[in-house]
Amino acid sequence: MDYGFTIAAYAVAAVLFILSLGGLSGQESAKRAVWYGIVGMAIAVLATLIGPGQGLWLASLVLIALGAAVGYQLATRVEMTQMPELVAIMHSLVGLAAVFVGFNADMTINLVDAAKAAGETVEGSFATLVAKKTNVEINILKVELVLGIWIGAVTFTGSLIAYGKLAGKVDSAAKKLPGGHMLNASAAALSLLLAFAYLGDAGSWTLVLLTLLALFIGYHLIMGIGGADMPVVVSMLNSYSGWAAAAIGFSLGNDLLIVVGALVGSSGAILSYIMCKAMNRSFISVILGGFGGAQGEQMAVEGEQVAIDADGVATALEEADSVVIVPGYGMAVAQAQSNVAELTRRLRAKGKEVRFAIHPVAGRLPGHMNVLLAEAKVPYDIVLEMEEINDDFPDTDVVIVIGSNDIVNPAAQEDPNSPIAGMPVLEVWKAKQVFVSKRGQGTGYSGIENPLFFKDNTRMFYGDAKQSLETLLQKIS
Amino acid sequence: MKIGTPKEVYEGEARVAMTPESARALQKLGYDCAIETGAGILAGFTDAAYEEAGVEVIKTAAALWKECDIVAKVRQPNDTEMKRLREGQTLISFFNPAGNEKGLEKAKKVGANVIAMEMVPRISRAQKMDALSSMANIAGYRAVMEASNNYGRFFTGQITAAGKVPPAKVLVVGAGVAGLAAIGAATSLGAITYAFDVRPEVAEQVESMGAEFVYLDFEEEQQDGAATGGYASVSSPEFREAQLAKFRELAPDMDIVITTALIPNREAPELWTEDMVKSMKRGSVIVDLAAEKGGNCKLTVADERIETDNGVVIIGYTDFPSRMASQASSLYATNIRHMMTDLTPEKDGKLVHNMEDDVIRGATVTHDHEITWPPPPPKVQAIAAQKKEKPKELTPEEKRAQEVAAFKAQTKQQVTLLSIGAALVLAVGLVAPASFMQHFIVFLLSVFVGFQVIWGVAHSLHTPLMAVTNAISSIIILGALIQIGSSSMLITLLAAVGIFMAAINIFGGFLVTRRMLAMFQKS
Repeated sequence: MDYGFTIAAYAVAAVLFILSLGGLSGQESAKRAVWYGIVGMAIAVLATLIGPGQGLWLASLVLIALGAAVGYQLATRVEMTQMPELVAIMHSLVGLAAVFVGFNADMTINLVDAAKAAGETVEGSFATLVAKKTNVEINILKVELVLGIWIGAVTFTGSLIAYGKLAGKVDSAAKKLPGGHMLNASAAALSLLLAFAYLGDAGSWTLVLLTLLALFIGYHLIMGIGGADMPVVVSMLNSYSGWAAAAIGFSLGNDLLIVVGALVGSSGAILSYIMCKAMNRSFISVILGGFGGAQGEQMAVEGEQVAIDADGVATALEEADSVVIVPGYGMAVAQAQSNVAELTRRLRAKGKEVRFAIHPVAGRLPGHMNVLLAEAKVPYDIVLEMEEINDDFPDTDVVIVIGSNDIVNPAAQEDPNSPIAGMPVLEVWKAKQVFVSKRGQGTGYSGIENPLFFKDNTRMFYGDAKQSLETLLQKIS
Repeated sequence: MKIGTPKEVYEGEARVAMTPESARALQKLGYDCAIETGAGILAGFTDAAYEEAGVEVIKTAAALWKECDIVAKVRQPNDTEMKRLREGQTLISFFNPAGNEKGLEKAKKVGANVIAMEMVPRISRAQKMDALSSMANIAGYRAVMEASNNYGRFFTGQITAAGKVPPAKVLVVGAGVAGLAAIGAATSLGAITYAFDVRPEVAEQVESMGAEFVYLDFEEEQQDGAATGGYASVSSPEFREAQLAKFRELAPDMDIVITTALIPNREAPELWTEDMVKSMKRGSVIVDLAAEKGGNCKLTVADERIETDNGVVIIGYTDFPSRMASQASSLYATNIRHMMTDLTPEKDGKLVHNMEDDVIRGATVTHDHEITWPPPPPKVQAIAAQKKEKPKELTPEEKRAQEVAAFKAQTKQQVTLLSIGAALVLAVGLVAPASFMQHFIVFLLSVFVGFQVIWGVAHSLHTPLMAVTNAISSIIILGALIQIGSSSMLITLLAAVGIFMAAINIFGGFLVTRRMLAMFQKS
């Protein structure tokens, strides 16, 4: 079989991948788009198996089948609230695979060198490719594989830590080893030195050391980022996994890898950008961890938090014509989405207008809330974005805030000294009445006081979101 | 401690400062409650109802004043009641401290603590005890009812078999609490409602109640309502002229006029002059809620309904809240109860008169043998300052110029970025071999395509997007597949592990995406 066929198949696969990403612009076309992706992947793998990868194709198939079994288990068992963890752990796999492939490339180069010196020919399609390369090309190849390994290693440990934080296995607060950013900077500088040493034919040990440093950077970087910034972190790691694939693609001379890596890389980059914008923070300040920016005396909050019971909320809901529900991470934690959906159904059955307002950074993953609500069978056409619904709050009778805090914090607009000043927020306080379902009087993930809770039209509906909603459902038939 | 409410002695006053419901809440605060026989009867609360709520019914007012540590009532106490005050007793009532120097002196001499309900500062936290507002709300509603009672036509417009009925036109002057309540009642009866206020920042509130705000053609630095604690203050002569001119223009069209303009501690301003009354249609009704302070219309006679020569009815009642005694008592009693809650921080039935507290300090007019009126200004401003400047409306030319400028800036930025990018690519091309450049071009184009495509992805599909990109970034499996056929055992092993992990990712990623997308349903 000629490689021309493989290249042609790659072209088809690349087009399918692009269509698959482009199809995500709408809920209906997205269902078709996944199939494009699946077919594209199948074509790419098959073409490789019968083309350049025919070395051990039986073993490859068995391995793929094994991976498929594990992947199937993961995908069918995962709870929708655990999506962030799943995505994070999957990123780490891509990162690790990139590291392995990179090392293989290095070893192949050594192998080929040895073979050349001995005057023998080499086996394997990749090795033949390497053997044909000139010295300059080999050097470029080395640059690429160093990049691939480095990014892959950062992605690997970074994703593992992100997974740990999201799954609650690692403390989600921002933590740094003494030395902080300097430690990262010096590790990065050292990796650069090692990379040069490697290019100067210092041997493979430099590569191993470089990998260790990259692993450390990934670990330390993500440890230093607080839980509230997780959406940015996850999309950033998504981007890295793409760039790693692209770098490996360069070193293998494989255009499909490059195309897909670039697609994924830019996708992740855009997502990170959108998330940062939604929090009004620069990408740098998120990566460096903690809340940045000038901080003066924060405005003191006046007034008191007034509690209300389920009866009060039920009465207000009975009387309301339009209701907006603002879900946040707290809803996911309490697994309250199905109760929220049930409440929505009952209110809609009474002819009330019920809508959902989703802030771009609600939850721990971009679009997290949409997925949870979709799981609970909330129709997606009543789930709106911040820009779509923000102007409607003054005409809304009742807003129910479930487990979100910073994204409805009026301090972002009113208090220039607040750490979240300037962040776009859902202007729920403009509604006639606001109910906040919250576990207690704490300040939440970011530790910022929320003046919303003290407003006159706000009532606090304390308690676990799921239980609160259950009692509320009993009052609303 | 014991809290008691005597029967109101003021002629015609039907309200009562404690209801069975508020008594229950007060008992939860740890107080014993007492009431004079028949105190609530005019407001519809029988002695039996009080007894059922655990309130002790006391035969005479004298005994009640003697027994209770705290006395809550509605109207300003008269001389007899003032004589009954004793040292250490707390009186919560309307007290009119500005015009009741004698009462203040007396309370000071005796050593009683007097909390004047009209002095509750207008801050957010104190709204629940703001009796002026709760009473004004009732007055506004009742004013519309009285007007409708005296107006011989429908409020709402109708087209019936028996002919067409035009809707009534209502003008509300002064959009304070009473004004807004009147607007709400009038619009819900179907009338076309207009409203005026000297504070332009209330226009939004007026419009939110469904009325039309009457704007003046008047250029003057309008004062900020927030500076005066949310109340109106005296306006300049020129402003007044412009205002009266506007009213003159409106007067012949209006069927109902409700005036509510009051300035704290002053005579009510004259806003509806005699010639306006003359120009109104026969059968029109004026309700003057400012009658007690002289009236916004000089023809108003306090506590009377009069009819002018041209058939306009002017209502000058001053007891609107008392005319809805049951509702008014419930609200007032709730105000008192909230005041008591603030006075009882420990909920142990012990009154703590905390003069550090803004609200309590503001409302207290005598305390511990001292007159504490007028209070210092509250620390917190009442109402958010009015927005100073609205963004200026741009002319079409300015807009056009802005667009052109933005377009130019954008072009400039794009060209700069492109040239920098091109220079970089060329620089790389100078050193790198052709085989690398081929891949590099592919890379650049893919990044470009990626950016174009991803911007179109719906926000709600960001999680599926991540799962899909996750799955397809496992395309790295190709690398491992190519390498697995190597002669080196180690390479084969690493490649095998790589294939395995990437395969997990491919299947996991696509499957989970499909699962998610299948859940998105249209209603």
